[in-house]
Amino acid sequence: MGIRFVLMVNKQGQTRLAQYYEYLNLEERRALEGEIVRKCLARNEHQCSFVEHRNYKVVYRRYASLFFLVGVDNEENELAILEFIHLLVETMDRHFGNVCELDIMFHLEKAHFMLEEMVMNGCIVETSKSSILSPIQLMEKAS
Amino acid sequence: MALSGMRGLSVFISDIRNCQNKEQERLRVDKELGNVRTRFKNEKGLTPYEKKKYVWKMLYIYMLGYDVDFGHMEAVSLLSAPKYPEKQVGYIVTSCLLNENHDFLRIAINAVRNDIIGRNETFQCLALTLAGNIGGREFAESLAPDVQKLLISSSCRPLVRKKAALCLLRLYRKNPDVVNVDGWSDRMAQLLDERDMGVLTSSMSLLVSLVSNNHEAYWSCVPKCVKILERLARNQDVPQEYTYYGIPSPWLQVKTMRALQYFPTVEDPNTRRSLFEVLQRILMGTDVVKNVNKNNASHAVLFEALALVMHLDAEKEMMSQCVALLGKFIAVREPNIRYLGLENMTRMLMVAEVQDIIKRHQAQIITSLKDPDISIRRRALDLLYGMCDVSNAKDIVEELLQYLTTADFAMREELSLKAAILAEKFAPDLSWYVDVILQLIDKAGDFVSDDIWFRVVHFVTNNEDLQPYAALKAREYLDKPAIHETMVKVSAYLLGEYSHLLARRPGCSPKEIFNIIHEKLPTVSISTIAILLSTYAKILMHTQPPDRDLQSQIWAVFSKYESCIDAEIQQRAVEYHALSMKGAALMDILAEMPKFPERQSPLIKKAEDSEADTAEQSAIKLRAQQQNSNALVVTDQRPTNGAQPAGQLGLVKVPILSNADQSAAEIVSHANGALTVVDPQPPSTPSPDLLGDLLGPLAIEGPTGAAPASVASGLEGGVDADALAIAPIEEQANAVQPIGDIAERFHALCLKDSGVLYEDPYIQIGLKAEWGGHRGRVVLFLGNKITSPLNSVQALILPPSHLKMELSLVPETIPPRAQVQCPLEVMNLQPSRDIAVLDFSYKFGTQLVNVKLRLPAVLNKFLQPISVSAEEFFPQWRSLSGPPLKLQEVVRGVRPMPLAEMANLFNSLNLIVCPGLDPNPNNLVASTTFYSESTRAMLCLIRTETDPADRTQLRMTVASGDPTLTYELKEFVKEQLVNIPVPSRPPLAMPSHIQPTSPPPSAISDPGALLAGLL
Repeated sequence: MGIRFVLMVNKQGQTRLAQYYEYLNLEERRALEGEIVRKCLARNEHQCSFVEHRNYKVVYRRYASLFFLVGVDNEENELAILEFIHLLVETMDRHFGNVCELDIMFHLEKAHFMLEEMVMNGCIVETSKSSILSPIQLMEKAS
Repeated sequence: MALSGMRGLSVFISDIRNCQNKEQERLRVDKELGNVRTRFKNEKGLTPYEKKKYVWKMLYIYMLGYDVDFGHMEAVSLLSAPKYPEKQVGYIVTSCLLNENHDFLRIAINAVRNDIIGRNETFQCLALTLAGNIGGREFAESLAPDVQKLLISSSCRPLVRKKAALCLLRLYRKNPDVVNVDGWSDRMAQLLDERDMGVLTSSMSLLVSLVSNNHEAYWSCVPKCVKILERLARNQDVPQEYTYYGIPSPWLQVKTMRALQYFPTVEDPNTRRSLFEVLQRILMGTDVVKNVNKNNASHAVLFEALALVMHLDAEKEMMSQCVALLGKFIAVREPNIRYLGLENMTRMLMVAEVQDIIKRHQAQIITSLKDPDISIRRRALDLLYGMCDVSNAKDIVEELLQYLTTADFAMREELSLKAAILAEKFAPDLSWYVDVILQLIDKAGDFVSDDIWFRVVHFVTNNEDLQPYAALKAREYLDKPAIHETMVKVSAYLLGEYSHLLARRPGCSPKEIFNIIHEKLPTVSISTIAILLSTYAKILMHTQPPDRDLQSQIWAVFSKYESCIDAEIQQRAVEYHALSMKGAALMDILAEMPKFPERQSPLIKKAEDSEADTAEQSAIKLRAQQQNSNALVVTDQRPTNGAQPAGQLGLVKVPILSNADQSAAEIVSHANGALTVVDPQPPSTPSPDLLGDLLGPLAIEGPTGAAPASVASGLEGGVDADALAIAPIEEQANAVQPIGDIAERFHALCLKDSGVLYEDPYIQIGLKAEWGGHRGRVVLFLGNKITSPLNSVQALILPPSHLKMELSLVPETIPPRAQVQCPLEVMNLQPSRDIAVLDFSYKFGTQLVNVKLRLPAVLNKFLQPISVSAEEFFPQWRSLSGPPLKLQEVVRGVRPMPLAEMANLFNSLNLIVCPGLDPNPNNLVASTTFYSESTRAMLCLIRTETDPADRTQLRMTVASGDPTLTYELKEFVKEQLVNIPVPSRPPLAMPSHIQPTSPPPSAISDPGALLAGLL
């Protein structure tokens, strides 16, 4: 499976985007988000970007007020995921220009579209920013 | 159309954002849900734009963690919207809100299929993504062929094909029975020729999934993967868009190296060379740079390369290079690299050759155990646990103990369990083991499970030398002001059994021992009181001549608890009181506990269980499992036949009486056995007199009462004798039964290169072999499974004339729970089917065990696969025209098997079947190269002609350039076809328990039998 979920959560612990690649019901999602957000937010920058949780790992990265948390299988290459987060951020940056929490909040659908172009069924599909953004551009042209 | 275009949605999001607290948020959400619900009710009035807006609101609310149980239909209906924006929303929201088992998804299948087979490629992408994210069985059934077609279609653009690859991956992984991937090996290889990096990235994921199930079919992909790696590593023809901070797609590099780890090895020398060149370049060329992203990306590649090098069993030099790199990493400041260094070093432990090099980093790893980051501490703990062996156990365990007092609560239980296991597995001497466990209980009593202290009692009981020491230690701990209740339990038990061994020391008179234990009684729980009562009874028994004063003190305690509300305590008090008044008979009934039979440590089992994970098979895990079969004592597996001696007396036996402390119950099981047999009524109104009366008849009626037991044990003895009488003489002499079938193990090892050759309750002999040309290197792993040393170990090789074998020195003694490795060099001089034998013997106590084991240095080990083309085959076949170089024989009595199975059998013997050479589909043609000193490398060709009407016979023709080889190979293959290498079970089930040195364990452990002897 590889990637199990991608979460964007702000400093206050509010979820800004949640995409799961394995089905969890609402209760399970709430519990999981609560637990890992608590774990990750409590860490400082001198600590590593990996947190072991139950039988998987969370690779996380912080950008200003926003945390990007990616749940992966234990065997996944952690650094590759860590940089994948950065690629996602750079892609959003290219589209929004200086992306911030509000962009993601108010353009949730775009954030979803980008993520959907990048990850499918827990696997990385695309890593070229222009390929990722082309469907969105297509859509903007259409409207 | 951006969200900002959907004003209502933006307003709603701002409202939520402005909410001061959760309650306000809930109110606002409820209001919105009500609004959306009413709008959906009169659906006719909704424009697609409105629908889209409301569906996004639903997704937003769902993301906030509120249940959205309506509107699914609306989301699904958007799938068939004609316009892209609406359709896209429909697809994304549907895949977020619904799961594969949702009913509405069934309605969606048609719309999805229409988009997949339609002409609009953006629609195709959306549909493939949905099916790839949440597609279930029905999707697989109706869509798989279409998806497969898209993936390999040449007219399809990369943006569709990359999604098709991952869609197929999901459909296949979820329903491998529905999606047909036969013949996909060629297509997969073609896909890897793809230039588009997006398609390549997703195809690589697909390949990983396919090979993780069955790598055999995908060998042809290995050179392609290596080519891709070369292309990326040399940065040839990699578009700028796919270069990340100067590194050609690190993700594709990582995935490709991951795919290669699912193949057991890379055979082809050219491919292997190219691969190692790339890996060497990665290992040497990765520098630390300032830019964080570049650094991370290059190290992501580096760590994957390390994993691949380790998997490929590279040269020792390269492995040491890897360890050196990791050693550097675990000491750097950057926490991510430190974490990964430790993690990968733990994986590296599986490579036996580098374990010693890893040990050099022990000090640094111990430092990491004190790292401020819990993630890193956990990795360090795992690594220390993994690298621990006899040589460093003392240091590591002492570090763990020291760390225990400051460790986070979250880690203490794991830490104490691991420390206990290591102490048990690798104790240089048992007194140290006792020290460790007692310290563990002292420092972290709350985290020490019962299993741990049961185990220490087990060891002390089985080792007489240890008993005075353990008793003394227990006595010392009792002097401490506040001790953990577990410490009270274990001290009381040990002192009850062995305090008489300390009698002359100051402070150790029975009276003093009783007083100091009794001090603790008011503070402990019921289960501990039960143990204390047993201890008192034992102290009384050991005090000879009786000390009247002490006696009355203890009797007073017993009579106090005779009316205890707890039935277990009450029963013990009554019984001990009565027994202790019997005087000398007490000596027999409360005698010391007999030795425990050897068995798997429940701790190790517990640790194994907690590591069990249901995640899918990964390359690393597969490897770990392989490793397990080599590692002997390390995992200390339960005997495979699972049969344990009946009526085994164990510390963790299920309590018969109540749920009170089990081991304590067993202490008195001798006495209990008698009383519960004779006394039909529970002593609910206990009176010493009544019991005295009851005990009176017991003495008289005892023999009759116990007669059935003695008959039973007699019968059991009889059965033993019978079983032994029919056992092969060899085994009778040993009286140690092997675990598992030796013949079966031998046959299995003929086909694979590592596994267990022999196992009995005391020793396990594992084997790992590497064969190349006419030489082989076999390592025998002799593992002592028990807690006392095995002596007079001797191993003699009886080689047949065609093999030259040299076994390195085998040590005379194998320390407790240790493993020794003995390399054995093999050289094949000429073709022969004779088999080498290992004559192995050792002594356990006074008992000599001797076994003769066939070694799997058989003919097929000197065969190397070669596949020949028709152009090469036929001239050879014709030139070897007849006997003695070409021999033909009709073989009868062949084990009937389908042709495919026969082909597999041939392949597993390294006789590589060349499909298509023989036009008749009932024939198999195979080729191989045989290596020996006399023949050098020699091509051998085999043809079998089978009769579909009669599978029990076939005609076999074997040809090679050497007459002896032709003959031997023909006979060898014949043996494989005719012999049935399945277990030949002994006619009668053998008793699986060990013949003891003293009375049989069944008798010891059966209270009835014991009493029978006693009375």
